[in-house]
Amino acid sequence: MFGIARRLRDNGVLGINARNGNYLLPHNPRRLYPLVDDKLITKRLAEGVGIKVPALYGVIEFPSQVKTVHDMVALHEDFVVKPAQGSGGEGIIVVMGRAADNYRLADGSLMDHRDMEFHLNNLLSGIYSLGGQPDKILIEYRVLFDSVFEKVAYQGIPDVRIIVYFGFPVMAMVRLPTRLSKGKANLHQGAIGAGLDITSGRTLTAVWRNAIVADHPDTGNPVSGIQVPHWDTLLDIAARSWEMTGLAYQGVDIVLDRDQGPMILELNARPGLAIQIANRCGLRHRLESVDENRAALIEVADRIAFAKQHFAALPLSG
Amino acid sequence: MSLSFHLPQNADRFAVINQSFVSRGYGISTRDDGPNRLATLTIRKEQGKQTLYYGFVVLRGESGTGKAADDEPVVRHFKMSDPERAAAEAIIKGAEAQSADTASFVVQVLKRLSGAQSTQPAAKLLGQKATTRETMAVAAKIMGLAGLPARTVHGIGLGLDRRHAQFEHWLEVHDGSAWVPFRADATGPGLAPDQFAWWRGPAPFAKITGGDLPQVVTTVNRVRTSTLQVVRSLGESAKDPLLTWSLYSLPLQTQLVFRLLLVVPLGVFLLVVLRNVVGVKTFGTFMPVLIALAFRETGLAWGIMLFTVVVAGGLLVRLYLEHLKLLLVPRLAAVLIVVIMLMAVLSLISHKLGIVSGLSVALFPMVILTMTIERMSVVWDERGAMESLKEGLGSLIVAVLCFYALSADAIEHLAFAFPELLLVLLAATVLLGRYSGYRLTELARFRVLGGRQG
Repeated sequence: MFGIARRLRDNGVLGINARNGNYLLPHNPRRLYPLVDDKLITKRLAEGVGIKVPALYGVIEFPSQVKTVHDMVALHEDFVVKPAQGSGGEGIIVVMGRAADNYRLADGSLMDHRDMEFHLNNLLSGIYSLGGQPDKILIEYRVLFDSVFEKVAYQGIPDVRIIVYFGFPVMAMVRLPTRLSKGKANLHQGAIGAGLDITSGRTLTAVWRNAIVADHPDTGNPVSGIQVPHWDTLLDIAARSWEMTGLAYQGVDIVLDRDQGPMILELNARPGLAIQIANRCGLRHRLESVDENRAALIEVADRIAFAKQHFAALPLSG
Repeated sequence: MSLSFHLPQNADRFAVINQSFVSRGYGISTRDDGPNRLATLTIRKEQGKQTLYYGFVVLRGESGTGKAADDEPVVRHFKMSDPERAAAEAIIKGAEAQSADTASFVVQVLKRLSGAQSTQPAAKLLGQKATTRETMAVAAKIMGLAGLPARTVHGIGLGLDRRHAQFEHWLEVHDGSAWVPFRADATGPGLAPDQFAWWRGPAPFAKITGGDLPQVVTTVNRVRTSTLQVVRSLGESAKDPLLTWSLYSLPLQTQLVFRLLLVVPLGVFLLVVLRNVVGVKTFGTFMPVLIALAFRETGLAWGIMLFTVVVAGGLLVRLYLEHLKLLLVPRLAAVLIVVIMLMAVLSLISHKLGIVSGLSVALFPMVILTMTIERMSVVWDERGAMESLKEGLGSLIVAVLCFYALSADAIEHLAFAFPELLLVLLAATVLLGRYSGYRLTELARFRVLGGRQG
């Protein structure tokens, strides 16, 4: 048991205690958390620095507005409903279209107006929000995902998660929805995470439920060796998110829209650690390397160049 | 009305460490009366039957534990009729012939008076059915006649717990240097180790003026006390500021509360270890500790059963409420109401079945139970039944571990007697707060990353 703990340490695997104690607590000031915990604020921040985000169709803040949702989306065939302070992708509803008076969801099931209003009321009362406090609801553009992931995503929208430390993109992965994750892109809900080579933007191995997999469990297609398009834009968005929020250690979730290109979906102040399994590589050595060099590298371009040079994939041999 | 009775005093091997009167409305005064100490309770108006309680705690220890207050030996001459005097002299004569010193003489006299060797002169002195008390009074008279200082002693045996303890009586004779006790059954000088002298002399235990004869009931209970408490009791007269500032100086009711409160930090510490070092997932941060506290009252087996029944019942109702599409706060309130009803029904059923332990279901923290049920059902919805049951079981296991830690007598005693140990616990908790190593569960989670770097 101590043997494996020592090997994990040698490989620089970051544990949750170390993440919280050595990176989150010292570098992520509490007062900045609302910037990323409230997706409405994040959206406005990103728009402020010229980073693309899914277009906002409307915001619902009070129960009396719940019934207006139907008018709000009247002009849009498809849209997404999400709680502003939700975590882990919970409470999100993706509407693909209509069937008579019903909304047709991503998994093909139907939802009538009453069910939709009930769901919105639940979201408002804070059922999925981080502290259980009352929440707001965003109604926004449904991202049409890039065809590159068509063969390795089951419904839902794949996204790219990049861990950014002091503006350096240190590690990245693609999160691919599965049948198990019900189209959601969160690993703990059953999505696949495929590691990304920071240098090239190609997928490496993939992790599914804490185990390494080669193929997508639903489509059967191999998940490694896929080139993420617009990779340099993604790295640029990730690196600039540090100036955007001031959170030194954050996870940036980027989606690739078929027509509009990469856009920030959300930011995460406590990104998960499974990304290490997806990349078969520990985070700590990279974080320490950033700590040693960050004083000299101020410009966004310099930081990206450093990351591309030093954080190339070094697959484990064992 | 005034009632006076004898108070116990320190004796060679006993120390009276704690006395209390429960006598509402009565004035209390105490005074010395020869070798005894008297308490007088007085009240101006009294109706009907009055019940007064007096309690004291005696510490039994080595010889010299308590200092006995002794009066000077005086030979008392009692009035005797001629036939009595003749009988007494006959006993003295017989006893003198068979004894070598004061001690053996007293034993011989007692032998002649006790039932076994009842002699003709003794029957004359004692009458038909003499109580031990009367026999001892006669023995004291004979000693007076023989020129020995003697007195009767009345006390109780402290050996066993008894609801109606009888006073025991014996004789003390001064042998020239000290008072020596003699047991009434003439088995020689010295007392049984548990015989505690209460008062001395011919006076009755209690006297009453302005009322009917009092009825006295004596109860003996063994009390376990910590050494520290004893030291404090003995040292109270010394007024050591350190001792008077211990938690033991709090009122008893408050002490009980703190006995419970002071073990909670240990449970919380255990929880910190289990969550941050082992990595066990639980519902709610401190829920398992609160459940463990409830287990202390219900007992472990019953606690687990009641907990499971209430949570399972709550989950079922929660499942039904899901169909009604209730909003969050009313839904929580509805589950809380159901939890309370479940608790009431469980109490009723177990009462009807005569299961006392079932009644203690009321001690479960209902709000915590409600939140547990809500969290469980949300996790059930989102991550499946397995994950939900796993976390529920995790919480229960942590609660059981906490229960074992919290219910150890040694731990409760240590925490209460030495509350400064909490500082050690605090230090350990703060240290753990900077623990940045892996959690045990992470070793399994990151297993695949444990290979050698290529």
